[in-house]
Amino acid sequence: MLSRTASNLFWLFRYTERADFVARILDATMRLAALPTSYNEERNEWNSALASAGNVALFKQHYDTVNEDTVRDFLAFSPHNPSSIRNCLASARINARAVRTALTAEMWETINDAWLELKNSRGNDMDRDAFSDFLEFTKTVSLHFDGSAYRTMLRNDAYYFTRLGVSIERADNTARILDVKYHVLLPESERVGGSLDYFQWTTILREVQAHTAYHWVYREAVKPWHVADLLILNRQMPRSLACCYESLVRHLDLIADIYGRRGPSQRLAATTSAQLASSRIEEVFGHGLHEWVGKFIVENNQLGAEIAEQYLI
Amino acid sequence: MPVFDEMNGVAGSGEVRAPYEQLKHWLARTPRELLDTRRSQAELFFRRIGITFAVYGDEAATERLIPFDIIPRIIMKKEWDIVSRGLQQRVKALNMFLADLYGKQDILRAGIIPPELIFTNPFYCLEMQGLKVPHDIYCHIAGIDLVRVDEETFYVLEDNARTPSGVSYMLENREVTMRLFPELYSRHRIMPVENYPDALLACLQSVAPRSGRREPNVAVLTPGQFNSAYYEHSFLADKLGVELVEATDLFVKDDVVYMRTTEGPQRLDVLYRRVDDEYLDPLVFKPDSVLGVPGIFGAYQAGNITLANAVGTGIADDKAVYTYMPEIVKFYTGEEPILKNVPTWRCRDRESLAYVLDNLPDLVVKEVNGSGGYGMLVGPHATKGQIEEFRHKLKADPSNFIAQPTLALSTCPTFVASGVAPRHVDLRPFVLSGADGVEIIPGGLTRVALKEGSLVVNSSQGGGTKDTWVLGA
Repeated sequence: MLSRTASNLFWLFRYTERADFVARILDATMRLAALPTSYNEERNEWNSALASAGNVALFKQHYDTVNEDTVRDFLAFSPHNPSSIRNCLASARINARAVRTALTAEMWETINDAWLELKNSRGNDMDRDAFSDFLEFTKTVSLHFDGSAYRTMLRNDAYYFTRLGVSIERADNTARILDVKYHVLLPESERVGGSLDYFQWTTILREVQAHTAYHWVYREAVKPWHVADLLILNRQMPRSLACCYESLVRHLDLIADIYGRRGPSQRLAATTSAQLASSRIEEVFGHGLHEWVGKFIVENNQLGAEIAEQYLI
Repeated sequence: MPVFDEMNGVAGSGEVRAPYEQLKHWLARTPRELLDTRRSQAELFFRRIGITFAVYGDEAATERLIPFDIIPRIIMKKEWDIVSRGLQQRVKALNMFLADLYGKQDILRAGIIPPELIFTNPFYCLEMQGLKVPHDIYCHIAGIDLVRVDEETFYVLEDNARTPSGVSYMLENREVTMRLFPELYSRHRIMPVENYPDALLACLQSVAPRSGRREPNVAVLTPGQFNSAYYEHSFLADKLGVELVEATDLFVKDDVVYMRTTEGPQRLDVLYRRVDDEYLDPLVFKPDSVLGVPGIFGAYQAGNITLANAVGTGIADDKAVYTYMPEIVKFYTGEEPILKNVPTWRCRDRESLAYVLDNLPDLVVKEVNGSGGYGMLVGPHATKGQIEEFRHKLKADPSNFIAQPTLALSTCPTFVASGVAPRHVDLRPFVLSGADGVEIIPGGLTRVALKEGSLVVNSSQGGGTKDTWVLGA
């Protein structure tokens, strides 16, 4: 297939995955913000939403203060933020339109309908109810789109490239949450100050849509080290780094099988995946959670670059 | 001038024409609300599958729908047979003309066409002189615009020999009509158009370079998704089952054209290019073109790739050359042309110019190199100011213009705001020329001027489209 087609598919799925991620961050943050102050003393939830989902430097160029209104606007609607939900869905559609022939009718209709709907919503005048509906709409689009792909696409290289886009974006998103919130997950003795509590941890779980899953896996009250384990090493958890890398390895291998050739991206993904599979959460904390996550984000970007080099350009 | 209506004949005759009998009954029985519903369903369908058309110079509407009129236009078999034979003859002559112009130039030696008309023409492509193309076919895909004025007469309004568009609408309009009106549809015996993509693919494969060692690799080249016809490009690539490529997907090495794929370079044999000549290769034509592939013309000269249509076909659909088409058909086929040209004054001739200047309010004046309904004067609908403006243009550069009488284009019943009313239509059938001859899909794109009395059917000027039924018996 054309390298450009593969690239468009890869990015199309990165953008829809990112839109979903930003919607979840906003959703969880609204929930946290609605708690009485006594449960959440720092009241910096919008700062932290911004840090997880956005580009803080870019935000500061366009807004003076960090609060619900400005963060909502920046993350959901701003034309200046390339990762705002609106821009993600618009970019997804541009990529989709460029590869119309590689999409099934169901996929095209989902993304095209979403874009048509989005064109009519302005954003700034939404109350919380309407905004909640908007976030629900965004999550539904991603679900519907990914579902259409899963149910209707041929299982060939085109499909495998869509999976690479989803997995690498998802790994990046999960790692970003860890990068911003690592301090609330540190063991008691290592806390980097401030009060933290149960609601911070559950917010993280909600952001990765794992609130219920947590209980099925660990069968005990929410503990920060379990949350870290779930997000990093647990292979059952679809948004964990380990699970994302299993998927990356699998689909890179399938591509290599079709083309009869392996390359740097297969090797790099396999190395990272093997490390994740053999690690224990204590070791991760031993390295320093923050440093560990920082290194992972760099390696994940490196894999993205290798995939591009090997297939997409 | 009496207007010929394709359903009711000439006004006052009181009779319905045979192919429209069922449709007329059906229209009389069908409540307006149903038509309204069907129209919104059609619009929703087009919007959802994303059939859009960009209008240059209209920023708000980079993706606009071409209005689709739900009432089909119907042509009888015996009418179509004549049209079809006429198209075969004309396109055959067009290809022979191009092969001759870029070859021995017998037609110029015979004095049929003034040589300066060719050699000073911006669409005459010097780089093509002496270059052989496979099977001497230059114009693989032609769209010939026809207008009808009475029971017997179809005129050729213009030949589109470069990159005619609209065939996706022919196919999608049929698809929609079948969905919306299954009952009406099945009560007619309608010749299918859905085999067009197969015919096109066979045509493109048949003209692959002869060095071909294997199944030829075909691709469609698009300027990209901001081009007005991008939907059509992607639609065709999809139906053909070939890659839709942009310039950056291709590169040339040692006079061979390759696609950049996830498995490395892949050799290309036939390129159905929807990029104009001048943008095709920045090394040979416009140096600043980013839509082109550097070196592709070299590969073409080396015979390693077939371009469809060939480079330089613009000389054959030029409006000045158009006026010589009857002579061109006769010269190459030895036959009388079956399809007539619209009577045309060449303003380059002094006497014609005088006549045109005296009769501007009654004439349609066209720029020789204009297209899409731009740069044209429709005398009877023009203001005094517009007429005077054209008078100046004409005097300043007469050879840049031709003029034609305002034709009474036929009308078809059309569903508009006031209900079902007659509107003027034209017809663009698509003609394929390959190694195995000429093939014409029975049907084409009917364009309709939605404004009452308007004669401009171009989609860039607010025209719509209709499904076109050719009855098989």
